[in-house]
This record gives sequence, C-alpha cells and structure tokens, in this order.
Amino acid sequence: MSETQANVQSAPDVSTLAVEIKDMHKWYGEFHVLKDINLEVKQGERIVICGPSGSGKSTLIRCINRLEEHQQGQIMVQGIELTDDLKKIDEIRREVGMCFQHFNLFPHLTVLENCTLALIWVRKMPKVQAEEIAMNYLERVKIPDQAKKFPGQLSGGQQQRVAIARSLCMSPKIMLFDEPTSALDPEMIKEVLDVMVELAHEGMTMLCVTHEMGFAKMVADRVIFMDVRQIVEENEPNEFFNNPQHDRTKLFLSQILDH
Amino acid sequence: MTNFREIADMPPPANTVGVVGWVRKNLISTPMNALFTFIGLYLVYLLLPPLLDWTVFSANFAGEDQTACTGTGACWVFIKARITLFMYGFYPSEEYWRMNLVFALLAATFLPQFFDAFPYKKVFGIFSVTGFPIIAYILISGGMLGLEHVETDRWGGLSLTLILSFVGIVAALPIGVVLALGRRSSMPVIRTMCIVFIELWRGVPLISVLFMASVMLPLFLPEGVTFNKLARAMIGIVMFQSAYMAEVIRGGLQAIPKGQYEAASALGLSYWKSMSFIVLPQAMKLVIPGIVNTFIALFKDTTLVLIIGLFDILGSVQSAIVDPVWRGVSTEGYVFAAMCFWVFCFSMSRYSMALERKLHTGHKR
Repeated sequence: MSETQANVQSAPDVSTLAVEIKDMHKWYGEFHVLKDINLEVKQGERIVICGPSGSGKSTLIRCINRLEEHQQGQIMVQGIELTDDLKKIDEIRREVGMCFQHFNLFPHLTVLENCTLALIWVRKMPKVQAEEIAMNYLERVKIPDQAKKFPGQLSGGQQQRVAIARSLCMSPKIMLFDEPTSALDPEMIKEVLDVMVELAHEGMTMLCVTHEMGFAKMVADRVIFMDVRQIVEENEPNEFFNNPQHDRTKLFLSQILDH
Repeated sequence: MTNFREIADMPPPANTVGVVGWVRKNLISTPMNALFTFIGLYLVYLLLPPLLDWTVFSANFAGEDQTACTGTGACWVFIKARITLFMYGFYPSEEYWRMNLVFALLAATFLPQFFDAFPYKKVFGIFSVTGFPIIAYILISGGMLGLEHVETDRWGGLSLTLILSFVGIVAALPIGVVLALGRRSSMPVIRTMCIVFIELWRGVPLISVLFMASVMLPLFLPEGVTFNKLARAMIGIVMFQSAYMAEVIRGGLQAIPKGQYEAASALGLSYWKSMSFIVLPQAMKLVIPGIVNTFIALFKDTTLVLIIGLFDILGSVQSAIVDPVWRGVSTEGYVFAAMCFWVFCFSMSRYSMALERKLHTGHKR
C-alpha cells in the first residue's frame, strides 16, 4: 500500500495552482449559465461550493474536467489550459477525479471491475496490479468484502464509497465532488462524509459541491457561495458562517441552518 | 402480553399448494376462468386426435417411393426420399461430406460457447467469426486444396438457409452497431451518412432489394464485370438487416443514462473505450430481445432468395412437390419446412431468454 500511496501523492508542484479560472463564462445555447467566474485553488486546498439549486455550482465544477465546455475565459488545471485539444483534456482528466450525485457506477461490472477498468484500459496496467490497487482503495473506504458484488446489490452509501474508490484508483491530484450525499438516506450520509474527511486530512485538493455545512466547517479552507449563476462570496469557513457579507448569503445560511 | 410464546412454522393450507393449489389458482379461480378452461379442453379434444392421427397414427413412415403413400394420413416417405434435396439442394452427392464437415465444425465451435464453465470461450468465439467462415467457405465452395469447385447455383436446401443466415447474422450485428453509433455521433457528416443509409435500406422491401441485386445491379456494372448471384443476395440481406439492427441498438443506446457516459469520460476513457466497455455492453443487454427478434426475422427472410432463383429449404421443398412422380404431398413438404424453421427460431428465442437471465446483475430499479 505504501508504495502505491507514494506514487499517488508524487509531490505536486506547489507553485502551480491546482485550478485557476479567469473571467469564465458559459452558455447553454442562449442561456447564460455561468457569469464571470474567477477562482484560484492552491494545491491541497479544500473548497466547498454551496448555493441554491440552479445557481450553477454543479456546472462550474463540471467545467473543470470538461464534462461541460466553457465559451469564454480561461480554465487552467495543474498548469494545463483546457481547450478543444483532446490531448489536453485527457491529460487533465488524468489529474482530476470526480464523484457524482447518483454515483454513476457501471452496473454491469462488479465493484472490483468498476475500480480496475480505467487502470487497465487507460493506464495500461496489468490486471493483477490493478486489482491490488483497487483492493487497497476499497479497504480505505471500508468495503473490501463487497468487491465481487455488483453495484445494484449495495446500499447507496456503499455505492458512493465505491465511486470514491474508483476515482482514487486513478491517483488524481484533484477530486471533484458533485453533491455526493444528496441522493443518500440520512443514515448513510455519515459513512460517505467520513471517507471525504479522511481524504481531506490526507491533503487531497478537493472541490465539493455540497449542502453539508458540518463538513464545510470541519474541513474546508474556503467556502464559496454561488447564486444567480455567479460567485457571490467566498471566505474561510468561520468568517463565512459567522459573518457573511452579502444579504443573499445571510438569507441562504438562515434557510439552511435554521430548519 | 405476558403469555407471549413464539409460534413454530406451520405448513400452508393444503389446498393452496401443490397440484391442487396450482389447479385452483390457474384453471378455476373464477367461474369465467373455469369456463375458459373447459372451452380450451374441448378445443384440444376436437383438434388434437385428428392432428395426431394425420401426423403419426395413420401416417406412412415405411417405404421408399410414392407407392408407399396410402393417403390415410401424412406421407413422411416423401420427406425421407427427398431429404438430401432438402438438406443439400443440388450439391453433388459425392461432396456431401464437405457440407457435413462444415456443420459438424459449426456445432463444435458454437455449442461449447453456450456453457459457462467452458474455459476457451474467447478463443472459440473469435474463431467462430474469423477462422470458421473461411474454412467453411473453402470446404463448401472448393476450387482449392484439391477440392472440386462447386458453383453457388448448386448450393441449396437447409444448408443454403443456414449459410445465408449465418453470414447475415455475423455481418449485420457489427455493421448495425457501427451505424447506430454513427447515427448518434456528434459529427454531422458521419451522422448524416448513417441516417441516409439506414433510412434508405429500411424504406424498401427486402424483395425489391433482392431484385435490384440480381437484376438491376448487373446492368449498372461495366461490361464483363460479373459477380456471383449468391454474393449479391448476401450483401443485399446484410445491408437490409443491418439497417434494422442499427435501429434496435440505437434504442438501447438511448436508454443508457448520461451519467454513464460522464463517469466514463471523467475516468479518462476515450470514446471507443467507453463505448466498448461501458455503453455497448449495457445497451446490447437491454435490447437482446430486439436483436434476437431481428435475427429471427432475418432467418425467415432468407426464404425470399427463392425469387431470384436460389433454392433455400422452402425453395427446394417447392421444387420437390411439383415433381409429377409425387402427387398430393405438398402439405407434408410445407409442414417439414415449417418445422425446420421453427426449431431454429425457437432455439434462438430460448437462447436469448437464457442470455438475459445470465446477464442480469440485479441493478434494475
């Protein structure tokens, strides 16, 4: 485990920003869905992005690994600029892992195969080695005993932990989380958050879209509040929760914290 | 509840399980159902005895020629006397062993693949669509390795039906997959080409495709360039069925949630890799019934080659019943041909059901 671990965290160049977004705009056809986004994420930083639904937070993080295309401005990931160049998109996706709200595990493959598929076919790794790495990560998310099962046989929380393990297998330098706990039953949220907290403590660069304010307070270096498809406010968590600057932020916080 | 005690498991009431339970539940659950059961039994009583009488009890099995037919029931002697025609068409009788060898090889390569425990499935699978067709072609057609050349005009009967279907199925599936992917491509030129191809072939009846292939195509080709009638028919069938196949598979592709594509992209899988490992396996599994439906339609549509002068099993049955030596045996001939088709189609249907069960991974919500 320690060996693969060492490979994973092969000292990212601290001077380059993990993510740098400048004056970025995005449209869906005529619809202006992201407006003037500016964001800098340092290596190892944990960012939580929150905001009401339709505020563009998911779209924003999906732009970072090019699941969505931006039309104006600049996005740099690990010093590589995102353009139409497929090679660069591949390079960036190599650095960036992602977890989705609905897990998006591959239902026709076992848990283990879900984890090894990309190692074998993208990293060209021998199957035995890929399985070893996959089992390591499945142990880390505490479900090695489910490796031979199909995703459909697991609970939501277990599925999301498999999804996290699947991303980690590719040893990404940045992890994107798109509302990872929103589709889970309350008693399963904790098991997923525990894994995420652990990951944060290990120094992973993380961008999380989430409504889990407890998580934000515990691990975030910065909280970003989005509304009307713009970044309204960003601050370190203490300030953000105790001393929000904008009325819109205050209203949002009062709605989600006092229920 | 101080006097709580655990109740031991008891058997269910006797009239709800076993034969009695089954009859009560399925045959006489309501007066209406009881009535239908009675009508059904009465119809069986009316139809089954004469049918059995014709096919078995009063039928003629023994004998060599038409004198054996007494006319009381089916004259299966006819089938027996003409069986080589039905199986091999006009293939030279001294070369039957070549056909037999091909079908033995067909069975030997395909049957083991149906068993999960068989260890060389992959090797056999690849062989069955690469090496096997080549060997089969050399054996059937001859003209090399000291084998006498047999013109395709002389191929016929059930073997021709199987050859046409095999080629049709093996070629139409991959072409259909490519067309379906092309129709959903984001590249406008490829998408348009695929749409035009699919709609063109799907929009014309197979009969006219075959007519075009056999009558019109030679007119367009430069003088002196000919190519085999059977090959033209095969290409026609493959093009036609791959257009249908493409639409079936497109149905499956559309049922795959966008999240699957996104997860594959996020892991860095290229278009072709995410298609081959993520999207197609799921899409194809969803549309197994549709794919097999197309296969069955293809299998039966091969009978249409009759109109361009090729004698498949139905064609050879028809040519045999007009033989003046044998009179009044057309029913037997058609029943035999129908049974042959039914056996193959029903096997395909059962296999597809077994495959669906096997590939079910419990993710249906």
